[in-house]
Amino acid sequence: MTPIASQVAAPTAWILRYLWLIPVLPILAAGFSALLPKAQRRLSATLAIGSMSGSLLLAIWALVHTIAEPAVQFVNFPWFQFGAQWVALGWLLDPLAAVMLVMVTFVGLLIFIYSLGYMAHDDNFTRFFCFLSLFAGAMLGVIIANSLLLLFMCWEVVGLTSYLLIGFWFHRPAAAAAAKKAFIVTRVGDLGLLLGMVWLYAQSGTLLFYNSGAGCLEHTAVAAMGAHLTAAGMAVSTGIGLLIFCGAVGKSGQVPLHVWLPDAMEGPTPVSALIHAATMVAAGVYLMARVYPLLDHTTLAVIAWVGAITAFFAACIAVAQNDIKRILAYSTVSQLGYMMLGLGVGGVAVGMFHLITHAFFKSLLFLGAGSVIHGCSEEQDIRNMGGLRRFMPITFVTYAAAMLALCGFPLFAGFWSKDAILERAHLWGLSLGPYYLGALGALLTAFYMTRQMYYVFFGPQRAPEAAAKPSDSPRPPEQCVIVHPHESPSVMTVPLVLLAVFAVFLGFVGTPAWPWFQSFLSAQPLTFNVHAFLEPGLIPLMLYSSLLVFAGLLLGWWFYGRKAIVRATDPDALGRRIPLVFHALAHRLYVDEIYGVTVIALTRFVSAFSAFLDRFIFGGVVNLVSWFVTGLGWFDSGVDRFVVNGGFDLGCREVNFGGRLIASLQNGRVQNYLRVIAGALVVFAALLLWGHRG
Amino acid sequence: MLAWTIYVSIAGALAARLAPSKQLARILALLAALSGLALSLTALAHWQPGQLVTVANVPWIPQLGISYHLAADGISLTLLLLTGIAATAGILFSWNINERTQEFFAFYLVLIAGVYGVFLSFDLFLLFVFYEIAIIPKYFLIAIWGSVPRDAAPGKEGSQREYAAMKLALYSFAGSALVLAGMVAAWVMSGSVTGTHTLDLQALAAIPFTQHFQMWAFPMVFVGFAVLAGMWPFHTWAPTGHAAAPTAASMLLAGVVMKLGAYGCLRVAMMLFPAGLNPWGFHVLGFGSWRDVIAVLAIIGIVYGASVALVQRDFKFIIGYSSVSHMGFVLLGLMTLTQIGLDGAVLQMFSHGIIAGLLFAVVGRMVYDRTHTRQLSELSPMRLAHVIPFAAVTFVLAAMASIGMPGFSGFVAEFQIIVGAWRTLPWMAAIAGAGILIGIAFTWRALTTVFFGERPAHAGADHGHPLPPITLPEKLGSLLLLVSTLTVGLYPAILTRLILPALQSPLFDGLRNGAWR
Repeated sequence: MTPIASQVAAPTAWILRYLWLIPVLPILAAGFSALLPKAQRRLSATLAIGSMSGSLLLAIWALVHTIAEPAVQFVNFPWFQFGAQWVALGWLLDPLAAVMLVMVTFVGLLIFIYSLGYMAHDDNFTRFFCFLSLFAGAMLGVIIANSLLLLFMCWEVVGLTSYLLIGFWFHRPAAAAAAKKAFIVTRVGDLGLLLGMVWLYAQSGTLLFYNSGAGCLEHTAVAAMGAHLTAAGMAVSTGIGLLIFCGAVGKSGQVPLHVWLPDAMEGPTPVSALIHAATMVAAGVYLMARVYPLLDHTTLAVIAWVGAITAFFAACIAVAQNDIKRILAYSTVSQLGYMMLGLGVGGVAVGMFHLITHAFFKSLLFLGAGSVIHGCSEEQDIRNMGGLRRFMPITFVTYAAAMLALCGFPLFAGFWSKDAILERAHLWGLSLGPYYLGALGALLTAFYMTRQMYYVFFGPQRAPEAAAKPSDSPRPPEQCVIVHPHESPSVMTVPLVLLAVFAVFLGFVGTPAWPWFQSFLSAQPLTFNVHAFLEPGLIPLMLYSSLLVFAGLLLGWWFYGRKAIVRATDPDALGRRIPLVFHALAHRLYVDEIYGVTVIALTRFVSAFSAFLDRFIFGGVVNLVSWFVTGLGWFDSGVDRFVVNGGFDLGCREVNFGGRLIASLQNGRVQNYLRVIAGALVVFAALLLWGHRG
Repeated sequence: MLAWTIYVSIAGALAARLAPSKQLARILALLAALSGLALSLTALAHWQPGQLVTVANVPWIPQLGISYHLAADGISLTLLLLTGIAATAGILFSWNINERTQEFFAFYLVLIAGVYGVFLSFDLFLLFVFYEIAIIPKYFLIAIWGSVPRDAAPGKEGSQREYAAMKLALYSFAGSALVLAGMVAAWVMSGSVTGTHTLDLQALAAIPFTQHFQMWAFPMVFVGFAVLAGMWPFHTWAPTGHAAAPTAASMLLAGVVMKLGAYGCLRVAMMLFPAGLNPWGFHVLGFGSWRDVIAVLAIIGIVYGASVALVQRDFKFIIGYSSVSHMGFVLLGLMTLTQIGLDGAVLQMFSHGIIAGLLFAVVGRMVYDRTHTRQLSELSPMRLAHVIPFAAVTFVLAAMASIGMPGFSGFVAEFQIIVGAWRTLPWMAAIAGAGILIGIAFTWRALTTVFFGERPAHAGADHGHPLPPITLPEKLGSLLLLVSTLTVGLYPAILTRLILPALQSPLFDGLRNGAWR
């Protein structure tokens, strides 16, 4: 690795030198909260909200600083050494990071405040704020990391806190299962990211993004990697880019790793809003935007296609869901697909613009859903709601604003950002496929959001006893009784109103006439130019997409609004028309089941086989050896007993016999002696005579 | 001064054996372990990078060229630190041993003395002697104080323990036999190459043995040591041994004894016979050198150990198999033959020693000694997270460390190994990464089933049998291990500054000039 350089020996800007405070403040708050006893609810919330406010102020300062000086600035420091090489970490500040910092701290702060109301009755309030602060700290760490290694480390901590918060109510089996699924599925993607990182390191010798010309995103390294081909004829940078994209696919819920995100809705609603709508899931998009210089045409094409397919696919599934949060979850997956599409076809600014606007209106939708759930005694099935417009006016109005923004209703925030994506997709040279998928997705988005609005806020309040019917609601039926729908406390509604303002007006910072956001991110001069609207093709495209939105809204009204939905048990209006398709969509196109019979079954089989191998083959070998040795022992002992010992015994017996025989010769009887002597004399005499004759 | 780690342990063993009361034996044992740790820490504080400290060098059997040569370089010191930490934690976690307490701590400390001896020996014969000293107390610790799986047939508990103890002893001795043969060969060859026989490691490392000799001596000695490092397919002693051993012995077995094997692989096989890693010059089944063979075995161990752990029903076996998987990373790191890979391998020895110790402490001491079962199906309804929250928190942290969560030592070690492997064997790095993934699956399965199980049908049963609370020694032991893994995870330079210069020392010249990439 080349020497570590700060851009300036001692960075003069205070905010740059102390940028690390932005993530460290919430982490410190988390650390303190972890040590607090459960009863210190007020103190832990104060710590969390105070630290977030501090981070927000610093983030705004950083943004102001970047507006004045938009070039990338960074500070690096060594972490550990091997050989002559140092592994260095560092932080950076550029428009991309500054925008994300402000978004995360602002949305985060509002959601922290909202949680005060939402979690007020929870026993583990202290722990909740501890985890939430830890998440915020790690997420901010991801944003300012100037090293893929540091980014990865924070990324993993983000995944861990996501796991902890999804499983926050771990006594619910569904929550525990969802948490585990989220952790493991995202880790599949993270494996790709890890390998991409390792490859990048092996190729360029550094994981620092910017290091005065020696960073891996800077010209020298990128050019070298683009020129270097792998065995398959693919540029090395393509391989690395695709592997890193795997991480983004996992984190940002792109097809085919989207399965964890809808299940993650088992977590408390503020968590869904903060982590699974506004910030963490967008981290994948941010990661791709960060490493954008590394991505080449092939990678970008893959990203665009994956994004377009996700946008369409998830929108389809959202049409047939009945859980208010699940609909929003699939909608999030779909919108993340748009961001990836925007990144793939139009570059960083297009994707990031949608990321930022989406963060506001989607977190608003989730908080609104939380307010609905809160007001309806924890009911989540939209079929059991209805008529809430009358009971929750603030929630209704803000929710409607966010819904229009999400649909891309003209002049709302989502209109500008989504339209920019579709416009760039239309101009994309390779294929018009992603454009059509995205346009169809926009139609479906308007449709499913209208469906949800009618189910939740319009029509009569539906009979609570209907909830006793078997439904796919996660709660047992006896809890599904809406006693008195009521508006939420102001600690929850004020953040809603604030977010709604942004959901309506934020789009104006990036219109074609005044593209402040885009030029800020790409560091280009900004011009106010109304004539930009008159560029050929722009107005028709805007008209098309507006028409699609209107068509979606109209279809939704046709199916769900024309005749009020009276009973919760009524079959779905769309489901009556196309029952087969609707059924498949309601079962989320069986993706989970497909994983069940393929990947999971395979892993299970391999494991069982290995265990079998260990138990019977290796264990068998050990047993065989032991049997063999035992057998040998038995054999030896047999040999010992019958051959060696037998021989010994036999020898002993013979000696014994001989001894007795000889002993009997000396029995002390004179007659015997004389008899023997006489006999002997006879024999000797005979021998002598015989010999003499011979 | 480092030699005193051995003497203090032996003195501690004697003192514990002769102690009149059990409590005194515990305290004496703890003091002995703590002084070992203190000695290592002092050495760490005064360490000059790259130095090779000769502790003692006295002729022992001069006719055979054998001397009592103790020395330490950065790699030795890293492992001495590990031994000190693991030994101290192990004693804290065996505070509740009440049966033949004095003898337990005596055997325990003899084992520790043997381990210190191996890490300090710079004479092959001496190393071998200490290596054998370490094996014998293991047998007794398991056979006398071992814990028994629940599904053992009634009346057969003793035979289960003895089976495990015997399996471990047989495997160890089989490995030792290979090492002994290699040692004799090295002694003979040293005579024929230089004219004088020697078994001194420094002298042997400098001898240019013939390529032909190294080609067969290397695999023999490497495999001999790798048996104790849990290399697939010679790993089967490990899970049964770990499972049958009492808590402290499992901690030592996984934490330190398996490292003896890995250390031997690096210090003896790779340092003395580096040319054994060179290509054969021909290919059999795609293998072109011993290095390919061992790397593949290591990879199989990583994936295989993790897969088997995924379907175990016995909590302790899960952790036992996880050790096989994590030790696969050590062997893979050694076979990368890159600086970063070898550095990662030594770091992983340290890291796994700490983390496995912690996991076994939770399983054996905190959970099993209280619930008297290790079956996941029986632990799950107990909802231990509510009953012994400290154990749950400790296990969550240990699990995070074990799956390579950044911030813990495992991440730095495994990251370095994978980087090293990627440079030379990219597809192996990918498979090893998949092994990490399975590792997450089995760790999380164990974690959620044991601690966050579903509420049993008859609610309130979890308050029926309050378990004894977590004791102070257990908390101290957990804290010691957690602080160690976090320190190294956040500031790896504390160990890499020891390990790297040692790898660059002249001792490893043969390796660097040969197959090193």
